[in-house]
Amino acid sequence: MKIDGGRALIRSLEAEGVEVMFGLPGGAILPVYDPIIDSSIRHILVRHEQGAGHMAEGYAHATGRPGVVMVTSGPAATNVVTPLCDAYLDSVPLVCITGQVPYAAIGTDAFQECDTTGITMSVTKHNFLVSEAADIPQVIHDAFHIATTGRPGPVLVDIPKDIVDPNNPNSALDWYEPTGHALPGYHPQLDGDPADVAAAVDLLLASERPVIYAGGGILKARAAESLREFAELTNIHVVTTLMARGAFPDDHALALGMPGMHGNYTAVTAMQEADLLIALGSRFDDRVTGKVDGFAPDAKIIHVDIDPAELGKVRLAQAAITGDAKRVIDQLIAELRRRGESGADTSAWKAKLSGWQERYPLTYEQSEPGELLKPQYVVEQLRDHSPEDTIMTSGVGQHQMFASQYWTFRHPYTWVNSGGLGTMGFSIPAAIGAKVGMPDRTVWSIDGDGCFQMTAQELVTASMEKIPIKVALLNNAYLGMVRQWQEMFYEERFSEVHLSHDLPDYVGWAKSMGCEALRVESPEEVAPAIEKANDINDRPVVLEFRTDPREKVFPMVASGQTNSEIMVHPSQDQPGAS
Amino acid sequence: MTKHHTIVTTVENKPGVLARVAGLFARRGFNIESLAVAPTDDEAFSRITFVVDVESAPLEQVVKQLDKLINVVEIVELDPTESVALELLMIKIEAQDPSGLAELIESFEATILEERGNHFLVTMTDDSVRLDDFEERLRPFGIAEVQRTGKVALRSLDAPER
Ligand SMILES: Cc1ncc(C[n+]2csc(CCOP(=O)(O)OP(=O)(O)O)c2C)c(N)n1
Ligand SMILES: [Mg+2]
Repeated sequence: MKIDGGRALIRSLEAEGVEVMFGLPGGAILPVYDPIIDSSIRHILVRHEQGAGHMAEGYAHATGRPGVVMVTSGPAATNVVTPLCDAYLDSVPLVCITGQVPYAAIGTDAFQECDTTGITMSVTKHNFLVSEAADIPQVIHDAFHIATTGRPGPVLVDIPKDIVDPNNPNSALDWYEPTGHALPGYHPQLDGDPADVAAAVDLLLASERPVIYAGGGILKARAAESLREFAELTNIHVVTTLMARGAFPDDHALALGMPGMHGNYTAVTAMQEADLLIALGSRFDDRVTGKVDGFAPDAKIIHVDIDPAELGKVRLAQAAITGDAKRVIDQLIAELRRRGESGADTSAWKAKLSGWQERYPLTYEQSEPGELLKPQYVVEQLRDHSPEDTIMTSGVGQHQMFASQYWTFRHPYTWVNSGGLGTMGFSIPAAIGAKVGMPDRTVWSIDGDGCFQMTAQELVTASMEKIPIKVALLNNAYLGMVRQWQEMFYEERFSEVHLSHDLPDYVGWAKSMGCEALRVESPEEVAPAIEKANDINDRPVVLEFRTDPREKVFPMVASGQTNSEIMVHPSQDQPGAS
Repeated sequence: MTKHHTIVTTVENKPGVLARVAGLFARRGFNIESLAVAPTDDEAFSRITFVVDVESAPLEQVVKQLDKLINVVEIVELDPTESVALELLMIKIEAQDPSGLAELIESFEATILEERGNHFLVTMTDDSVRLDDFEERLRPFGIAEVQRTGKVALRSLDAPER
């Protein structure tokens, strides 16, 4: 059957099971937008292409299915570079289709031409420039395969206009459904080497102070259940990194919560004093390790990752296992069972952990009457007044850390945030994508006032498309996280961090974008406002909470310090200074 | 010399593959000492041979990151003791006094490609140490221009099976 490239492209997406895509049309991609009218795929028209990228990420995080983005050439392609990089660093499966000038015009500085594959080479897992219409079905099939297998990531497909334009004879092809992949250099390894698995179990059985260091790979591998089984079998405590919040229930007896720069004291110190770290789908990011030279000095390392390049990249592992986190955890469990073992005796270690938990819980001081709200209080109220399986997305800054610290994560895929790149403006579009993928779930976007101003226009998209997300805007009138660093490390010299509580008028702005909006200023208004927002399901809601800019995120490991130099909340005794 | 390692990669002949490889080296802070690209006996694949300075990054990271590139099909690290590595030198000499030059060229088994009076265009294929040596000995005669390729290498017939 003869078909044109544009139709073949849409058909290929349908064949991959795509139900929704996020995008915005323009000249070079026009011929592909025409067949969308007749397609079963829902297209969500965004207000800025960066929004499309983050929506696709939110969708992928929440559903586990690849997010799909379609935009035009030139400025639209450069607008998606940030979400591509975000998805690359957080291993989010995306397929991004960009229009390109006609093949013959490439290299001539044609109107809206940019070297999209060149620009995105270092922020994608792979990218393609398609030269012939006949290649379209195969390339799309390969793109989804690469994006979703192995270590997931973004894949970009750049499509010159002439091969999709039915007015051009170059665009004609005989439709086919690809049957396999011709990718001779791509073979992700899923099963761990049994000898390495056995070596890991030896280390585990010999350890006295073990900690499971669970990363985002647990969620990517859909390994949360296996992780729980493994932790319960071995009776080993689990830290969940910022990318792994929800991968292990926070209310489990073995949960230690989040480690890292703003991790809680027990999670940070448990890793630091461990004699064995069992790293599962985590990558020894500098925000977790602090100064690498002084990180977990006594620990042997078991490191499991689907990406062999992560093994030994930052910290040498005594047992390094390439493989899918779920499969390898199941192999570890099987090996333990085969030996009739569960774990070493770690009772002294457990007593130590619970002592730390008791001594150094997360804490903050409540506001005095008449003072601005405490952001931690707002998160606690959100947690206590929202459905248990609420999906929470976040921007980047203090509000992100408060959200991760004070929310109780009980289920995988309920936390969507920008970890590796730390992209301000991620929250609102990610929430929209998550809600599109999980329409029956409550989706709260926690956002900062700085972040909100970067991508708030996507609330127009949410209103138009009837995607009723809820936004908790923690308005502290500052680029709060930067303010915190200036206060602590630059002698309170505040340089270019002040925004404003009142400008813009967030409530008025939200209403103008079709949202319900409320301003909340005192503690007793917080819970009722949240309850009210949770009851609104026909349009987006924005709650603007006026929060205290002086509030800082604790604990904190200052940049360049080791995790032993963790600072706890000023109301607590600093460790070491007895 | 031991800081340098030869890596031979087989890559798919796809547009941009060299840019991907070069970009990876730049982005990860790996130093390339030399690089040679050439077709193979199969037109779907090319071979890129690098010499990397492994002081700049652990060799293992270089190899693993290269392996992540979808278009890289195979990577072989060649141990200098188990491989044959060759490089080509072309050199233009504008000699004031060519006495002894012919003997030198002959002793290195180099080849004179062109000769115009006291000007010579000479070529030699050998390992880089011998080429360095040859170049040094030619210097007093007056070198006008030098061109060297990157290294290419294959495993030796005597290398143990792996
Ligand atoms: C796009 C982008 N620009 C700059 C930064 C640096 N940065 C990190 S947090 C932060 C402040 C965020 O302010 P806000 O959204 O109000 O959150 P708060 O810290 O006040 O909760 C900034 C500027 C960033 N992460 N991303
Ligand atoms: Mg702020």
